[in-house]
Amino acid sequence: MSQPTEIRIPDFFRGGIIIWVVLIIAVLAGLLTSVYTVPAESQGVVLQFGEYSKTVEPGLRFKLPFGIEQVYVLPVRRQLKQEYGFSTPGGTNPNQFSDRRARDIEKSMMTGDLNAAVVEWIVQYRINDPRLYLFKVLDPEGTLRYISESVMRTVVGDRTVDEVITIGRQEIEEEARDRLENLVKKYELGISIDQIQLQNVNPPPPVQASFNEVNQAQQERERMINEANGEYNKEIPRSRGVADQKIQAAEGYALKRVNEALGDVARFNYRFEEFLKAPEVTRTRLYLESMKEVIPQMGRKIILDEDASQVLPLLQLQADSKGGLSQ
Amino acid sequence: MKIQLALIPVILILWAVYVCAYVVEETDQVIITEFGKPIGKPVTEAGLYFKTPFIQEINRIEKRFLPWDGPSNEMSTKDKTYLIIDTFARWRISDPMQYFLRLRDERSALSRLDDILGSETRNAVAKHELIEIVRTTKDRKAKTDESLVQGVGKVGMLYPIKVGREKVEQEIFQKAALKLQDFGIELLDVRFKRINYNETVRRRIYERMVSERNQIADRFRSEGEGESAKIMGKKEKDLQQIESEAYKTVQQIYGEADANASAIYAKSYNQSPEAVEFYSFLKTLETYQDVLNSDISLFMTTKSPLFRLLKSVQSENISQGNLE
Repeated sequence: MSQPTEIRIPDFFRGGIIIWVVLIIAVLAGLLTSVYTVPAESQGVVLQFGEYSKTVEPGLRFKLPFGIEQVYVLPVRRQLKQEYGFSTPGGTNPNQFSDRRARDIEKSMMTGDLNAAVVEWIVQYRINDPRLYLFKVLDPEGTLRYISESVMRTVVGDRTVDEVITIGRQEIEEEARDRLENLVKKYELGISIDQIQLQNVNPPPPVQASFNEVNQAQQERERMINEANGEYNKEIPRSRGVADQKIQAAEGYALKRVNEALGDVARFNYRFEEFLKAPEVTRTRLYLESMKEVIPQMGRKIILDEDASQVLPLLQLQADSKGGLSQ
Repeated sequence: MKIQLALIPVILILWAVYVCAYVVEETDQVIITEFGKPIGKPVTEAGLYFKTPFIQEINRIEKRFLPWDGPSNEMSTKDKTYLIIDTFARWRISDPMQYFLRLRDERSALSRLDDILGSETRNAVAKHELIEIVRTTKDRKAKTDESLVQGVGKVGMLYPIKVGREKVEQEIFQKAALKLQDFGIELLDVRFKRINYNETVRRRIYERMVSERNQIADRFRSEGEGESAKIMGKKEKDLQQIESEAYKTVQQIYGEADANASAIYAKSYNQSPEAVEFYSFLKTLETYQDVLNSDISLFMTTKSPLFRLLKSVQSENISQGNLE
């Protein structure tokens, strides 16, 4: 404060400093609002004074500031999912699932045999035309929920409850996909359907027990058949074995019989040959040898000479001698 | 000072542009009114436009397809079944001027849609039987799980239809679209979103489903029993067959063996009269050993072929006797 100094402000600044500050801030703000990035999975739709001007690919981009150009960034390469009749926790997309209270009615359907079924499914889709998606229909994803429900009911309504629950699942997915694809084109939602997948498909809870009963009965049938087959397989092979054993034994017998016969015959043939060489002598020899064996052991046998006329005396004598012998 | 003076007209021009210019979005169409009276043609293309400030007013009207979500209504079909039907539609303001003049805003448009679509839906449903609203494809044949449905009444059958759901929807669409044209509204589509039985009907349906399933379950059980009995029968038959075939084979083998042995014996013993005679001689002697050994009492004479040899070793009758 000892020496007052005069600050010299250049001429063009003087008095205009506020205007310059405003201008610089405006330029900076303009620069900041004109830079934007489009993420890798997305595309940006650029509007100029509300009118569509172009679609831009991912990267760092510039636009005209102050609302002259507007950009909508849409995740066109991301697969999106909608769930019907259930919800997996953690979803952030408000269209991914319906209100908790609506879910029960959302999944209950009528089938073509006038039964009922509870069907849960998902729709996987992508935004394939950002321009249509943004400007053609109000709330395209909400609209997709409506037509998807309508389509699923149309397809399920054309099928029997058994087709819906078991055998026709794939067919339902395919037909629903085709129908949904057609409607999405007709509505110009700018969406393409990747696929529809059925999740839990069940009979309504009050009749579930009787459906389980059918499964049980089916199992029971298989069990009964298996048991009977078991019984069959337990007995038949054994009985075949036993039969085989009997046949083998018989074949053994046959061998034995034939071999014995051959043996007997061989023996006979040898003896006969010798016999032929000296018939008389052999006969007598054999006879005597045999008698020697036989007579001492004859016991009480009475053999009469055809010329003998009296049996009794001989008999008595025979008895005595017998008695004597036994003593 | 110069710069400050120069800025004034710039700001004025910007302000003039701000009050005169307006932007029509891609989703909008605009009708300009002067004191409530529409002026000129509606602006339907997006872009930057100008108007007279203060006097002219902008009325924005949606260009996109808009939702209409019908309430869930209980309706009766031709066959007096009560259904809860939920419909939806998509529509668009195709003639903004007409729309602006007759309805002015979306709220009144939606109430018209409620009236028209509600009553057309009711009419169409009442004209058709339940199954016509449920099913779509006229000549579709159900795929059936043969093991499941075979022989159980109507299980696995689709009820036949003449019209079908899509035609009924079409009917509603055509009638309603015509009526809505007067309001500058184009109807894109009307569909049934949900169709469900009302509470009492539903209970009946469940009962029927339960009884159908019970029938199927009963048939499975009886099939199991039948199959099992069949297998047991086959077992019995096979057992008998195996055993009897074994018996037959065994007897054949026995017979054949006996026959073979006989033939062997006969061939040898019968080779000559001497062989015959020698054989009976030997056999008779062997027999003595067996017969006379035991404790049996018997009377016989030497006349019998057996004991002839006891009398004489030489007997011409022996061979004769044995051959008898």
